[in-house]
Amino acid sequence: MSFLLVQALSGLATAATLFLVSSGLTIVFGVTRIVNFAHGSLCMIGAYLGWSLIERFGGSVGGFWGSVALASLGAGVLGAAMEVGLLRRLYRSPELFQLLGTFGVVLVVQDAVAWIWGPEDLMGRRAPGLKGSVDILGQPFPLYDLVLIGLGPLVLGLLWLLFTRTRWGVLVRAATQDRDMASALGVDPARLFTGVLFLGSALAGLGGALQVPREAVNLHMDMAMIVEAFVVVVVGGMGSLTGAFLAALLIGQLQAFGILVFPQITLVLVFLFMAVVLVLRPHGLMGRAEEAPPAAATAAPVLRLGNRGGWIAVGLLALLAAAPLLVGDYAVIVLTEMVILALFAASLHVLIGLGGLVSFGHAAYFGLGAYGAALLVRHLGAPMPLALAGAPLVAGLGALIAGWFCVRRSGLYFAMLTLAFAQITWSVAFQWSGFTGGDNGLLGIWPSAWASGKAVYFWLTLALCAGALALLRRAAFAPFGYALRAGRDSALRAESVGIDVRRHQWFAFALAGSAAGLAGGLYAFAKGSVFPTLMAVSVSVDALVMILLGGVQTVSGPLAGAALFHLLESQVMRATDLWRLLLGLTIVALVLLFPRGVVGVLSSRRERS
Amino acid sequence: MTTPAPNASTDPLLRVEGLQVWYGRAHILTGVDLAVGRGEVVALIGRNGAGKTTTLKAIMGLAESRQGGVTFDGRPIGALPPHAIARLGLGYVPEDRRIFADLTVDENLEVGRQPPRPGAPHWTPDRLFELFPNLAAMRGRRGTRMSGGEQQMLTLARTLMGNPSLLLLDEPSEGLAPIIVRQMADAVRRLKAEGLSVLVSEQNTSFAAAVADRASVLEKGQVRWSGRMADLMADETVRRTYLAV
Ligand SMILES: Nc1ncnc2c1ncn2[C@@H]1O[C@H](COP(=O)(O)OP(=O)(O)OP(=O)(O)O)[C@@H](O)[C@H]1O
Ligand SMILES: [Mg+2]
Repeated sequence: MSFLLVQALSGLATAATLFLVSSGLTIVFGVTRIVNFAHGSLCMIGAYLGWSLIERFGGSVGGFWGSVALASLGAGVLGAAMEVGLLRRLYRSPELFQLLGTFGVVLVVQDAVAWIWGPEDLMGRRAPGLKGSVDILGQPFPLYDLVLIGLGPLVLGLLWLLFTRTRWGVLVRAATQDRDMASALGVDPARLFTGVLFLGSALAGLGGALQVPREAVNLHMDMAMIVEAFVVVVVGGMGSLTGAFLAALLIGQLQAFGILVFPQITLVLVFLFMAVVLVLRPHGLMGRAEEAPPAAATAAPVLRLGNRGGWIAVGLLALLAAAPLLVGDYAVIVLTEMVILALFAASLHVLIGLGGLVSFGHAAYFGLGAYGAALLVRHLGAPMPLALAGAPLVAGLGALIAGWFCVRRSGLYFAMLTLAFAQITWSVAFQWSGFTGGDNGLLGIWPSAWASGKAVYFWLTLALCAGALALLRRAAFAPFGYALRAGRDSALRAESVGIDVRRHQWFAFALAGSAAGLAGGLYAFAKGSVFPTLMAVSVSVDALVMILLGGVQTVSGPLAGAALFHLLESQVMRATDLWRLLLGLTIVALVLLFPRGVVGVLSSRRERS
Repeated sequence: MTTPAPNASTDPLLRVEGLQVWYGRAHILTGVDLAVGRGEVVALIGRNGAGKTTTLKAIMGLAESRQGGVTFDGRPIGALPPHAIARLGLGYVPEDRRIFADLTVDENLEVGRQPPRPGAPHWTPDRLFELFPNLAAMRGRRGTRMSGGEQQMLTLARTLMGNPSLLLLDEPSEGLAPIIVRQMADAVRRLKAEGLSVLVSEQNTSFAAAVADRASVLEKGQVRWSGRMADLMADETVRRTYLAV
């Protein structure tokens, strides 16, 4: 009994930090309508800043709490700077660009923090005066956690006062509802939003700094925090403070007790909870229905390749097929990966370009294909051809299941749901080490003897990928593709002419998933190994960047984008230690400079001239 | 106090010259010219879709793509963002009301509040409740729970909290019961008496006739006729050409 009580209390302490960080995310979203991926990074910065300050000044009670406050302020200032430098230019961009732009900041911060504080985990000192524990029905409970439990409702109360009792708060709520009307009344929205970013980021920083006495500060905090905060915000209803509070409490308890029942899959539990809430209450616990956000990818119709395009494709294929005769092994390996990534990007493009569905978890199906093939080899001793045939099936099946949930929602919620499912598959691969090898992955997944030459494997890859691409293209210009596009441009109109939009989107999701799975299977044999990182958010984002590079509106875009991306990644980025920083800056620059992508820019040049 | 520009008092308060607006590729206003003098009420009259709302929005800086000269109080405002225009003393009352539905009446008024402005009437919530007695009884009520007429009054009151010297009123009588329309007309006359200038868009010529000194008639994105309101009411041909349905 007392054990359960202590468990519940520790759930409450977790909930408190979770709420602090999530409240910031939900406030920022409520006002700017941007899901700020970098929110977790600001939390991490708060933790690192807090650690440094506490090391120096945290010996006294005043020094400790002063350090926490200062760290929170520091994160707030960085958040405000981010609003001025980046977000402000993205308010009217499609969601894809907003999410990518802020993810670029995540990458920059990761490298910057590692560069400043080093890669090791940092143990912080305990809070002076709160080092002991209290006795709760005979069980010890840390005093510091008790303080945290009180802090959650306190911050909620203060925020409530801020938003209802101050002019600033009233203005923020007004601008949240109708930005243009507020500005026509003399409210400068830009300044207001900078303030909101300051507040939201300071809350993230506060949540991070308060973690210092509880656990080691580390470089994974950003993704861990953002993913959990996403779940809280989505479950609570995006933009709702009380919803975030409620959701944080529920998820805190879920984690505290889930770890007793299913220690292996606590992450899965949290995401399943979110998926169930979203299916039952589509706008979250306290969220309100809004009109559907506009389709994410702006929707110039995908152009049909003319005869000339067809000839170019054939020529390119012939050139690629001849490549192994002309270049060395290393180049052939790079080319193999390029071709695989081209299929991966093209499969995502089916969802984004045709369906208007921005998936933030497409790596899940790439990873499922890779793991599917590797597991068939490892546990059933399957030969390569069988494993390669299994890859798209495993991934397609996974996509069929996840897609059933995901296509129920559109816009941001779709993006978040796909992200959630990707995190579920990732955590299964990561936590179920007996089956998947866990963090160590599965090694020794090599091609059959007949395909073990680099050139032969390249030709195999090229043939399979070209075949799959041709199939995707056919689907795009078949009635199926037109139905998808009709649903993308106006779901209502499509429904009114008898198209079952959701069903088409579901199939598209499965189709895209299995194509990504084939790419994943080929990748596993190309590399000889699979790791959970194949399903990481960053791989999903890589695919999005490829599409962004290539331009959303063209069929050839993702292929060119994938090639360009892989070239950049393998040649330029890997040559330096700070490749994530460079990649992040590149993404931010791309988002700001070429909202239609590189190919999009070229073709609009052509139109004009 | 800054010294007034030469002729400031004889110059019109608002002057619009060759105003053009595009929505995407559609060229909606092809060149609008009009002026509002100090203390004057001008009606902007036109059929559905003539471009009245677009004209007011463009003056307020709310149109995405605009071109042409707009001067307010001798100052060019054509390139300013909406909040800067509002802070110069231009008050905008949209046709679709757009009150902040989650905010109470008092909070809606608070959003509109600006510091007092020399040369313009100064409004406080109490003075506004005197002008719109209906609102006084519902200060704590949220916008979602108000009738159309109450919302229209709140929109006007909210804009007045900015102490504007010129009011842009978009179809204040639209969709309102006759008795409320009469109250609106009374309010506009009262504002004029306080020294406010008003540019009011209307399809309802009788409402316009009840409040306006002059009129500009808009058709297909251009002003086709300008003159005294009384002359417009007397001129059957002009009304038939530009206004009859
Ligand atoms: N957001 C928009 N996008 C494209 N066209 C628009 C938009 N808003 C208005 N229009 C078009 O611009 C023209 C002028 O519209 P506006 O709303 O200014 O007319 P109005 O005179 O105010 O009409 P009403 O009396 O119906 O309010 C119309 O043809 C309308 O269809
Ligand atoms: Mg109108």
